[in-house]
Amino acid sequence: MSAQQVSAGGLVAGTSAAETSSTASEFAIETRGMTRAFGGINAVEDLDLAIPKGTIYGFLGPNGCGKSTSIRMLTGLLSPTSGDIRVLGETLPGAEEKLRRRIGYMTQKFSLYDNLSVRENLEFVAQIYGLNRRQTKARLAELLSLYDLAGREKQMAGSMSGGQKQRLALAAATLHHPELLFLDEPTSAVDPENRREFWERLFDLCAQGTTILVSTHYMDEAERCHGLAILERGIKRADGSPQQLMAAMGARVVEVSGEDLRKLKQSLISDANVLSAAQIGSRLRVLVQSSIADPLAWLSPRVAGRALTEVRPSLEDVFVTCTGGRAQLMPPNGSQATTEEAQDAT
Amino acid sequence: MLRRIWAVVVKELRQLSRDRMTFGMIVMIPLVQLMLFGYAINTDARHLPAGLVNLSDSAYSRALVKAVEATQVVDFKNRYLSAAEAEAAITRGEVKAVLYLGADLEERLVRHPAFAGQAYFAEPVGQWLVDGSDTVVASTIRSLRQMPLDEIAGRAVKSNPPSFEVVQYFNPEQRSVVNIVPGLLGVILTMTMVMFTSAAIVREREQGNMEFLITTPVRPLELMLGKITPYVLVGFVQLAIILTAGHLLFAVPIRGGLDSIALAAMLFICASLTLGLVISTIAKTQLQSMQMTVFILLPSILLSGFMFPYEAMPVAAQWIAEALPATHFMRMSRAIVLRDAQVSDLQFDALWMIGFTCLGLLVASLRFSKRLD
Repeated sequence: MSAQQVSAGGLVAGTSAAETSSTASEFAIETRGMTRAFGGINAVEDLDLAIPKGTIYGFLGPNGCGKSTSIRMLTGLLSPTSGDIRVLGETLPGAEEKLRRRIGYMTQKFSLYDNLSVRENLEFVAQIYGLNRRQTKARLAELLSLYDLAGREKQMAGSMSGGQKQRLALAAATLHHPELLFLDEPTSAVDPENRREFWERLFDLCAQGTTILVSTHYMDEAERCHGLAILERGIKRADGSPQQLMAAMGARVVEVSGEDLRKLKQSLISDANVLSAAQIGSRLRVLVQSSIADPLAWLSPRVAGRALTEVRPSLEDVFVTCTGGRAQLMPPNGSQATTEEAQDAT
Repeated sequence: MLRRIWAVVVKELRQLSRDRMTFGMIVMIPLVQLMLFGYAINTDARHLPAGLVNLSDSAYSRALVKAVEATQVVDFKNRYLSAAEAEAAITRGEVKAVLYLGADLEERLVRHPAFAGQAYFAEPVGQWLVDGSDTVVASTIRSLRQMPLDEIAGRAVKSNPPSFEVVQYFNPEQRSVVNIVPGLLGVILTMTMVMFTSAAIVREREQGNMEFLITTPVRPLELMLGKITPYVLVGFVQLAIILTAGHLLFAVPIRGGLDSIALAAMLFICASLTLGLVISTIAKTQLQSMQMTVFILLPSILLSGFMFPYEAMPVAAQWIAEALPATHFMRMSRAIVLRDAQVSDLQFDALWMIGFTCLGLLVASLRFSKRLD
């Protein structure tokens, strides 16, 4: 674990960004060394974040990588074992109650009441946030039309589809116009069409000045974020904008097309310079260490005459490159690139 | 603050009104329990199965056996030839008691004051062998000790006047149900009130509602007050059901004022609800909250004076009983319903329940933290 930590340390970008911005208030969330342990195991380890206001920031990682734990610490539901947290200029733990009115939280699991109707659920939330009858009525009308729930006011929340439930949950989480919105895997129970729509709404909110922190394990969702952090086993493996991450990836992507790709994959993967090989239809997508100056030339004797093309890296390639222990194999210049890129970002 | 409490109250009421099963239980639990206890619990034992060893076999002995059966305390099911055989039958559980009449029954009978009307040097006419493990059975048989023998003698026998005369107030016919119904109020309210609220917080946690709720500005005390208020109504519905059914079905007199009953019930309902809330903040799952409810419910039935007189318990048990709201309510409800007492006559119990409620609310609010760790 510790060896991995050391090698990963070089890869972690954004640390410098957090350092240079300690006085500025342009960040909605700033953490330094945020750590949370459960029974001696670190669910989140030494996490540094600097999330600018008015952006959508993503946590990308597999289940159990510490996304939810991080969000819970940032919403004040969990105390960090160590580290500093500042949310909207307030220090956590300590200012939770103050922050309640300024943040919204959409939980991973649907957390409104199944046996209350859409209107009843929203009325309840409105009253909890202290809206009076007139304000409640106005805000509800606004939300129902905005989130396409008009005509469903009387439907029980429990009988709605995944997409409808998710829109209701987003309506409830944004009812009080929060400055900062936390979304914990908001689209895990939603079909792709609804996901697209959902993201449009997030950008609408963002355009109105809301800062959004969203966790996901979908690459296409992560790619929509302004900035993102790739988490694995509680450790941040990389961060930056999707474009920066793809540009700075410590590997190059070559697609091999031809026959008998399963066998080829086995032989390629045994080479330490090949970080990963994954079949996509009739092509094999191979990630080659960036220490290899000319990946096409290096690969051609190894693929028995199959056709080779170098392609643009995707976010998935970035994810594969810096997780699953492959980060250890990153050559020094790989991490160099990431740090440079981070400095560009500031 | 009031708006937020009201929001929680409305939400709970709406959820409750949609839960058909729970709604049905609110009405059915008191009715069914009242029927069960009202008809089934009877401390006056009747028709105990008994055996007979009759070595006398005379006209007198047959008359004596008839007279004993006429009391309805025992039914002679079996006859045995010897005391040893009878003892074996008691051991097997065939009979609860055996009447042993010796061969010298007639000689004993003629010398007995209840038969002869004169005080001779006397011995009992027969002997009861009793399975004394059940104290109710034993004491019922003991009541036969002084049975008059007029019928066997065939004439009125002048017997000694009793040392005391006993006048039985409030329940002259000595019907157990009169005492049971006001007590049942306490048991049923304990059961439903503690059970409903003990699940209240845990359920929200299990269903995932809590994680959202605790990121809102709702304060713990507001949540607690909002959660228990609807159940105060439920408690009063049950109170009305039990008292009405008890009065109509079992002719239980309601001597006290309804205002006193309502006030006492209000105090008890609040105390039970906060007890449930405290459980709810301790339990992690609904199953655990059920187990803790039963843990409270059993002593509330057995130690509160519902089943056995409080005064007969050892001091340590009385201390435990005093800690339970049910004990105080049992005292109050019986006093008010049967003896027309006022709440002001029962200040200690009333104050104790107010104190319990405040302490319970405080503990529940403190224990309920708006955090997940």
